[in-house]
Amino acid sequence: MSLDVERIRKDFPIFTRTIRDGKKLIYLDSGATSQKPQVVIDAEIDFYKLHNAAAHRGAHQLAEEATELFEAARETVAAFLGADSQEIVFTKGATESLNLLAYAFTNAEPGSRFAIGPEHTIVVSEMEHHANLIPWQQLAKRSGAALKWFSVTPDGRLDESNIDSLITEKTKIVAITQQSNVLGTIVNLDQIIKKAHAVGAVVIVDACQSVPHVAVNARKLGADFLTFSGHKALGPTGVGVLWGSYELLNELPPFLFGGSMIENVTMTDATWAQAPKKFEAGVPNMAQVVGLGAALKYLQNIGMDAIHKHEEELTSYLLTELGKIEGIAIVGPLDSSMRGGIVSFTVEGIHPHDLGQYLDSLGIAVRTGHHCAWPLTRALGVPATTRASMYLYNDFSDLDALVGGVKDAKKYFGQ
Amino acid sequence: MMQLDNLYQEVILDHYKHPENKGLSTTFDAQVHHINPSCGDEITLNISLEGPVVKAISWDGVGCSISQASVSIMSGLMIGKDLSAAQLIFDNFVQLMQSKGSGKPDETILEDAVSLTGVSQYPARIKCALLGWMAFKDASVQAQKKN
Repeated sequence: MSLDVERIRKDFPIFTRTIRDGKKLIYLDSGATSQKPQVVIDAEIDFYKLHNAAAHRGAHQLAEEATELFEAARETVAAFLGADSQEIVFTKGATESLNLLAYAFTNAEPGSRFAIGPEHTIVVSEMEHHANLIPWQQLAKRSGAALKWFSVTPDGRLDESNIDSLITEKTKIVAITQQSNVLGTIVNLDQIIKKAHAVGAVVIVDACQSVPHVAVNARKLGADFLTFSGHKALGPTGVGVLWGSYELLNELPPFLFGGSMIENVTMTDATWAQAPKKFEAGVPNMAQVVGLGAALKYLQNIGMDAIHKHEEELTSYLLTELGKIEGIAIVGPLDSSMRGGIVSFTVEGIHPHDLGQYLDSLGIAVRTGHHCAWPLTRALGVPATTRASMYLYNDFSDLDALVGGVKDAKKYFGQ
Repeated sequence: MMQLDNLYQEVILDHYKHPENKGLSTTFDAQVHHINPSCGDEITLNISLEGPVVKAISWDGVGCSISQASVSIMSGLMIGKDLSAAQLIFDNFVQLMQSKGSGKPDETILEDAVSLTGVSQYPARIKCALLGWMAFKDASVQAQKKN
């Protein structure tokens, strides 16, 4: 083990409770949302107890403190992503970030870099989460642009063989995930970003499943926009991050209008503040932003490389152990290279919901269903899967419990 | 494992493995397709009426044991009933599912469907049990409009 999991678990109060009549909690659903360390909970509590006031508004001491904490969190996020703090927009989640972008394209002036119409295409992939599919699908409908997509190979990798016919001079947007929330596949974005930029397209990366688990440097990656949700990265719910290169953020029109995002307002017109303020209308989720800052500092103290290595070890072990069970089919790459800590699978004769329910009776939390990626599960020909997703607080004993639970479920359901 | 046995009663697992009235008829008065968007369970259900009586129900679908067993049980219960009796069974079942584990099922009305009583203790599974029943309700309303 590259991490001291026993020590890490002590930082997470939820692991002191039990599940279903006294059973140990085995949490394998971090792909849906992660658990929170005490430092994150404390950061939120302290904000409300000691510093609560509207950031960037008011001349009083509390407002000053709230503003300082809020902006310090922005700097923490920026450092975490290898970016400039002016390039960090706080949203209420990755879903909002992606909708913000899609509507900003709609709001673009004709002739601007972001203006989109029937002459354009938008390129996504079949492995997108609904949050990085539907905003673009609907933008395509609104604008008349054509929606195109990369397929998935039978072994769960992105099929880039037709990249030259997908990304063309017509392409305005390429929106793609860095890691599939179903397959665990890590997508090598280098070629896609290079090709997209060669034709002048804007590249948007859904990094929800990558940023919490592996070091991601937004600038080095070379995309134009990148987003993740705080709650999957040990942070609170209700806060997400949109990173954009400063030049593009300043050109991009706003999506939500209201307080604090303006430069000047008259009864009939308004002008906008500089980015990132232009995209942060209304009093923000301050306590949550501060909590996210604490979460990312916590992750950084442990080290993203160590976390990634730890998850690689777990994934490799789980793939091997599950593979030994008769009737199991892994949905996604079977080798652990370019793969994150997510393993989806089916068990012959047992519906994922029934398996999930059985595992729950043992205290094991997994996700079942289509994981908000219905087109993907349809393409793979499975109505639903069971998904185990791992994080820094999981160890081999959690995986042994899962594997044992699956074996027992087979007996229980008579398979 | 006591609590889980409440949910997965033998009757349910039997219906799951040997579903009744599964396989769609070629003729029907109404056909509906219902989806549970949170989990992907799907069901297609055909209904034929003869006057006020449910003459035939056939269905096909994919889903968990609860959703599939529930539609199998429902079809067996409803075939041959007139629509007012069917409504009584339907209302009884929905009430039972919403009882949060405190419902006292009336076996004379619900027959095999009492085996689904345990579902009401698992909020996430109630929609599984109701999928086929909601499809029946929808189909019977459509068939009545047509006739």
